[in-house]
Amino acid sequence: MTLTRGIRTTVLLLGFAFLYAPIVLLVLYSFNASRLVTVWAGFSTRWYGELSKNEGFRAAALTSLEVAVLAATIALVLGALAGFSMSRFSRFRGRTLFGFALLAPLVVPEVILGLSLLLLFFNCESWIGWPSRGIPTITVAHATFGACFVSVLVRAQLAGFDRALEEAALDLGARPWTVLVRITLPGISPALISGWLLAFTLSLDDLVIASFVTGPSATTLPMAVFSSVRLGVSPEVNALATLFLTVVFVLVALAFWLTAREERRRRIRG
Amino acid sequence: MIGIGRVGRLLLIGVPFLWLALFFLLPLLIVVKISVAESVVGIPPYTPLVTRDAAGFKLQATLANFALLASDQLYLRAYLGSLANAALATVLCLLLGYPIAYAIALARGARRQLLLFLVMLPFWTSFLIRVYAWIAILEPNGLLNEFLIGVGLIATPLPLLNNQFSVELGLVYSYLPFMILPLYGSLSTLDESLIEAAADLGARPFRVFLGVILPLTLPGIAAGSLLVLVPAIGEFVIPDLLGGPDTLMIGKVLWDEFFNNRDWPVASAVAVVLVAALAVPILGARKYLDRAQAA
Repeated sequence: MTLTRGIRTTVLLLGFAFLYAPIVLLVLYSFNASRLVTVWAGFSTRWYGELSKNEGFRAAALTSLEVAVLAATIALVLGALAGFSMSRFSRFRGRTLFGFALLAPLVVPEVILGLSLLLLFFNCESWIGWPSRGIPTITVAHATFGACFVSVLVRAQLAGFDRALEEAALDLGARPWTVLVRITLPGISPALISGWLLAFTLSLDDLVIASFVTGPSATTLPMAVFSSVRLGVSPEVNALATLFLTVVFVLVALAFWLTAREERRRRIRG
Repeated sequence: MIGIGRVGRLLLIGVPFLWLALFFLLPLLIVVKISVAESVVGIPPYTPLVTRDAAGFKLQATLANFALLASDQLYLRAYLGSLANAALATVLCLLLGYPIAYAIALARGARRQLLLFLVMLPFWTSFLIRVYAWIAILEPNGLLNEFLIGVGLIATPLPLLNNQFSVELGLVYSYLPFMILPLYGSLSTLDESLIEAAADLGARPFRVFLGVILPLTLPGIAAGSLLVLVPAIGEFVIPDLLGGPDTLMIGKVLWDEFFNNRDWPVASAVAVVLVAALAVPILGARKYLDRAQAA
């Protein structure tokens, strides 16, 4: 279609300005010496200092990190198994139900996932006295929806995977499990890496599900941030958000760069 | 895969299947169960489904919670309000996202990779923070109002926050990347020779768009609309942080029923109706999504 270069550039500039302006402003104002948003009182790292003294945020950050690492790791294993099963076994009993259970958590509203899991944990606790609500229950909840995202990525990667490599290895006498570990697993490693990272950031970001399934003992970072921003704009949260965005930006850029490099290599080899 | 054996196969499928059955399917059934219970003060805050007395087992189910949902205007308005807000957000995302996705699809090489990276980046960053960032912009004495007053366009601050406008803006802003990505997927695989053929046969650019490009990207439109509409209907964070007293959205109603009123059975009934309502757009879009997967 005849979209001139000028129109295309304008569209992109406007679109990305909309997507990024709020974030850029937030980062900018985290360095504002004044508490007020509209007053620029000069550059200052004051709020980063205040943030480092905030014990509540620090404890919540540690809780969130613990949950996210555990949940992403469980999600990686479950999601890889599920993605592999769905992509390689075209027929087994309950496959339709399994496929539904893998995709539905991606679209079911978080309030429902949170409520339903809380009711499960609550019932479980009153029947068998386990689990007490807190870090373990949040981890299980996050691992569940994280696994669904991982399985989507693994399935997509397996769909483009060259089966001839596996067959060649089998023909050369490798045992099936060896082929799985030495050929298939490295072949889908980009999906595994981005899957883990995705599950990790989703867990780190989740407010709604964690609020439902947690107990009095555990507060995650989004929960701490949420109760603080409900009262309005807080410069400390701006500083925290800036730190968070920096870490995410570096991680995602790294993942993108790794995937791009991998693809370039493949193209050269192929 | 051949040769993994029955046990291996059972393990590969069984472990994740069991996990999902236990932590996704079973909880949904429990929600249904509690939605027909009565709310009581105590622990647990609802009546058991089956009770046992001298006469034997007795099923104790009530549809009172659903009757409440049907009779109290609050719930109906919240459902419809969610649907209207989400539908408008979907249309706006489509209108904004289509040109952006098209411009990305027309870019080449490293530039295209960079643009895709920029679309995906917000998806990885905190949803909560991205919604929160708008508060400082939209407040009565926020950046936008100060700017508009500063350049002399308005004299008094406009009410930009805690109303329908800010909720809609928040929805569009948050879900735009979810629309752009599937649209880009459809547009980037478009066969350019079809477009050239239509142009060669004398079709004007707009006619080419309506007759060729739009129908061929329907799978992307369906997928994107689903990814915006469904989560937007159940959204909680956006109506809570950006909404006002007139904002009624079902995700927030469910949250309030649970956390503020501590009425678990009504919250469960709200969830059951919400799932049933969401099944409609999901099943509707599946037709296109299946076609997209087959293509």
